[in-house]
Amino acid sequence: MAELEAIKQAVEKGRRKEVPGLVQAALDAGADPQEIINSYMIPAMKEVGARFEAKKIFVPEMMIAAKAMQAGLDVLRPVLEAKGGSQQKLGTVVVGTVFGDLHDIGKNLLVLMLESSGFKVINIGENVPPEKFLQAARDNQADVVGMSSLLTTGDPHVAATIQAIKESDLGGKVKVICGGAAVTEKFAVAQCGADGHAPDAVGAVRVIKNLLGLN
Amino acid sequence: MQTRITSAKQEVIIAPEQAVVIIGERINPTGRKRLAAALQAGDMELVQAEARRQVEAGAKVLDVNVGISGADEKALMIEALAAVSEAVEVPLCIDSAKPEVLAAGLERYQGKALVNSVNGEEAKLKQVLPLVAQHKAAVVALTMDDRGIPSDVDTRLEIAERILGEASKLGIPLEDVVIDPLAMSVAADDQAGRNSLLALAQVRQRFGVNQTIGASNVSFGLPQRPAINAIFLSLAVVNGLTCPITDPTEWEVKRALLITDLLLGRDEYAMNYISAYREQFPDED
Repeated sequence: MAELEAIKQAVEKGRRKEVPGLVQAALDAGADPQEIINSYMIPAMKEVGARFEAKKIFVPEMMIAAKAMQAGLDVLRPVLEAKGGSQQKLGTVVVGTVFGDLHDIGKNLLVLMLESSGFKVINIGENVPPEKFLQAARDNQADVVGMSSLLTTGDPHVAATIQAIKESDLGGKVKVICGGAAVTEKFAVAQCGADGHAPDAVGAVRVIKNLLGLN
Repeated sequence: MQTRITSAKQEVIIAPEQAVVIIGERINPTGRKRLAAALQAGDMELVQAEARRQVEAGAKVLDVNVGISGADEKALMIEALAAVSEAVEVPLCIDSAKPEVLAAGLERYQGKALVNSVNGEEAKLKQVLPLVAQHKAAVVALTMDDRGIPSDVDTRLEIAERILGEASKLGIPLEDVVIDPLAMSVAADDQAGRNSLLALAQVRQRFGVNQTIGASNVSFGLPQRPAINAIFLSLAVVNGLTCPITDPTEWEVKRALLITDLLLGRDEYAMNYISAYREQFPDED
């Protein structure tokens, strides 16, 4: 169906004003809403992520592509709900920037990429103390907690957050991953006992899928 | 309004309507692996080399930040301040997220330092401003608070006003507070540059104080970052920036500041611009 390819193209290019109309046209032509998401929108965002990782496109292009997908999802959501099932989620991820750090761009990109990959995401913001990570993970029955750290002075907070989760009732149940310019794999995994590490948002989606056995 | 900062040997005056004062940013381990490793090892040679390079490139003040995890930041700060003061004569800006490190630095510093930084968070106001008052130092004040970094202009103004009020209660004069209205990435928010420029202009209009800004945030996530940083700095100076914390060894950035000063009538006979050109391109005529 030509409409479906057009949706994929429009999401990739971030044409957020066109996507809702294309999605509606595809639905009118009899396309399955779940298939639009799984076979066209998610692959489009995967492609966008790969191009971002290869430094072929820039931050705003990735953000606008995610917005384009969201605009399409807004059309699909009521259709899916009317069919009696909400959209299947791959898992729940709590995401925040560690205590003492206000950087939000990488963390917000991860939120966009996870949402457009089909995860439920709880964004708990920046400057987040360990107990708030723990609380959010418990309240939302999270599968994964992801923390971002950009400052060289953030390491003690990364360590404290990982420790707080590992030593709590959630220890062993919730996977913990770290990323951001300040954190190395050696520090996060070998020293602090995180379950995974990724240098950026796109890498983090891959790591989270691996940890949950989704790849 | 004039902000005066000094070392044992030099005095620097920051003021509107005069040439921009560059505060050199390179003595900071964030994102600089070699410097971080040197600091970790207690090796001050690289710190001293960075100090000399920046002063040669035109920095009038140097920022000193030694924040690395797993090291005694207090001891490192004392050592780094001594090492930099030995290498160059310019006044220094003592930069740490930890009040106890600022205190230790101020204790040893000879002269009137610039402290980097306070902001509108209750804890910061309570811990940092008394240190500034006690040592009769000057201080950089970031327009953010316990609610985070505001993206709008009005909240930044409101925070600036609150910090200036708290400072004045402790006897810190208006001219010793340098406001930083914060630059955010235009890749994440395409109104971020405009909002920073508006904040600069309104802070200048309402309070008349000197202002700094960490410009390089503005270009994060986009191609040709030095060009964006340079043009942003130029616009920022027009709107009230008087002492950017930046890298004077980056020619594109330095050139933008020199040309902005020249075009605003702050470089007599274009001498600063011409001599910087000669230093940058010694073989041309």
